[in-house]
Amino acid sequence: MTTLPQTTQKKLGLAIDLDICVGCHACVINCKEWNTSNYGAPLSDQDAYGANPVGTFLNRIHTYEVKAENKPAQTVHFPKSCLHCEDAPCVTVCPTGASYKRVEDGIVLVNESDCIGCGLCAWACPYGARELDAKEGVMKKCTLCVDRIYNENLPEEDREPACVRTCPANARHFGDFADPDSNVSVMSRERGAVPLFDEQGTKPVNRYLPPRPKADIQTDGDIDILAPFLDTTPSPQKGLLGWLDKALEAI
Amino acid sequence: MHPAPSVIVFTALSGLGFGLLAFLALGIPDVSGTTAFIFFFLGYALAVGGLISSTFHLGNPQRALKAFSQWRTSWLSREGVFAVLALSVTGIYAAALIFLDQKLPVVGMIGAALSMVSVFCTSMIYGQLKTVPRWNQPMTPAVFIFFTLAGGALLAAQLKLAALFMIILGGAQLLHWMIGDKRLNQEGGTIEAATGLGHLGKVRLLESPHSGENYLLKEMAHEVGRKHASKLRMITILFACALPALLLLFTTPGHATAAIAIVLHLIGLFAGRWLFFAEAEHVVALYYDRHRA
Repeated sequence: MTTLPQTTQKKLGLAIDLDICVGCHACVINCKEWNTSNYGAPLSDQDAYGANPVGTFLNRIHTYEVKAENKPAQTVHFPKSCLHCEDAPCVTVCPTGASYKRVEDGIVLVNESDCIGCGLCAWACPYGARELDAKEGVMKKCTLCVDRIYNENLPEEDREPACVRTCPANARHFGDFADPDSNVSVMSRERGAVPLFDEQGTKPVNRYLPPRPKADIQTDGDIDILAPFLDTTPSPQKGLLGWLDKALEAI
Repeated sequence: MHPAPSVIVFTALSGLGFGLLAFLALGIPDVSGTTAFIFFFLGYALAVGGLISSTFHLGNPQRALKAFSQWRTSWLSREGVFAVLALSVTGIYAAALIFLDQKLPVVGMIGAALSMVSVFCTSMIYGQLKTVPRWNQPMTPAVFIFFTLAGGALLAAQLKLAALFMIILGGAQLLHWMIGDKRLNQEGGTIEAATGLGHLGKVRLLESPHSGENYLLKEMAHEVGRKHASKLRMITILFACALPALLLLFTTPGHATAAIAIVLHLIGLFAGRWLFFAEAEHVVALYYDRHRA
């Protein structure tokens, strides 16, 4: 059913820390591995070893350079996957009812056996979270690893999305945003996380924790900021070497 | 946006077909028997041909019937429902007219209205998308509707009426471009807004998520169209509106002038529809640092 639920009991989602992400792409790989070998159609690649390889991914990392005037540039690694929006435009545009948002936990899913592969949901998503699989002709998207988080066959520590489980820097966190005391709610509040691309009015559940402010290093023009650490002018020598230094200067 | 031939053919031909069927269902022109059959056959061939073409870009067209189920929220589903309703009701009118020589004006009016609603639904598939600011404006349905009225009147041999609709279409199309050119900026169309990093400074893409292409870039970051946008706009206005309108207004009506006007209008229609897709910017391209002014 493509009518969105008024509210959902839980709002499961991710808090992604842009201050911590090192851009290693481990989450991209683990996401692809889990979602290729488990629920739904595999994430196919085309021309994987050829000149123009393309493939389906549910999670992609952009790397941005951010530069304020008179300040050194900083690098921000930016993982992007489905934000499981409360006002998900991808769901309402679906003509077949294949796309839906779950009432119990707010996860946005695609029922692949109903998907005709028209691609309109991917057009409706401002974040690029949906990709049509070229082999299967069905829409693929992040499932929040719905086949892991409730999976009692897995050890308890593995019952979180593959991207969260694998992140070596602990930049990705999984939790319930409907609970104000959950890990993700608390860190979003403390770090002042705002909804991504709010102009689009999608009310995303996922939150991005902004990079922490850098120490304010004043450069005063063209002075090398490393200058204090580089002993470029030799400290005055004493004794014979000091005399030699002075004598050579004087010549 | 990627200008997929199947979608261009679908919107262009089904729009023309429903336009012709709407006029025929209103009894314009006043025909019967074999002539009526030929007119209705053309209308159905265009409308149904367009609709079938739309299934060519589906990943799994065998499940297309499911697309009739979500009319409560989905404009694409509504388009399907209204297209079938329009074809059915108009079909009753056509059958009574051709085979029984009976005119059912009420049925005809309902059929004509349903045909126009169907075209409106087609336009809203694109007009509803907040992610494509150029489309997300009231002139999108206006352009689709007036293309349908102009093309329909032309095919229904209402040459003066067609010229009038072409002039209105030209105005609507110019407005669509004027409003459309400002829409991306109005909708926060910057990489800073998209990434939410604007408070830290100016943002640029340092490294793409992947070295090659992907579905998103192929589908939503098409840039060839924008390079030739102004030329294609000229072609659209000249061929779809100005030239055929002048021809119809200032020459003696006849089959030859009508045929030339149809050819001119079709060139303009396809150029305009190709450009409609090709020059539309999708906000997801902002994450890839495209669409920089």
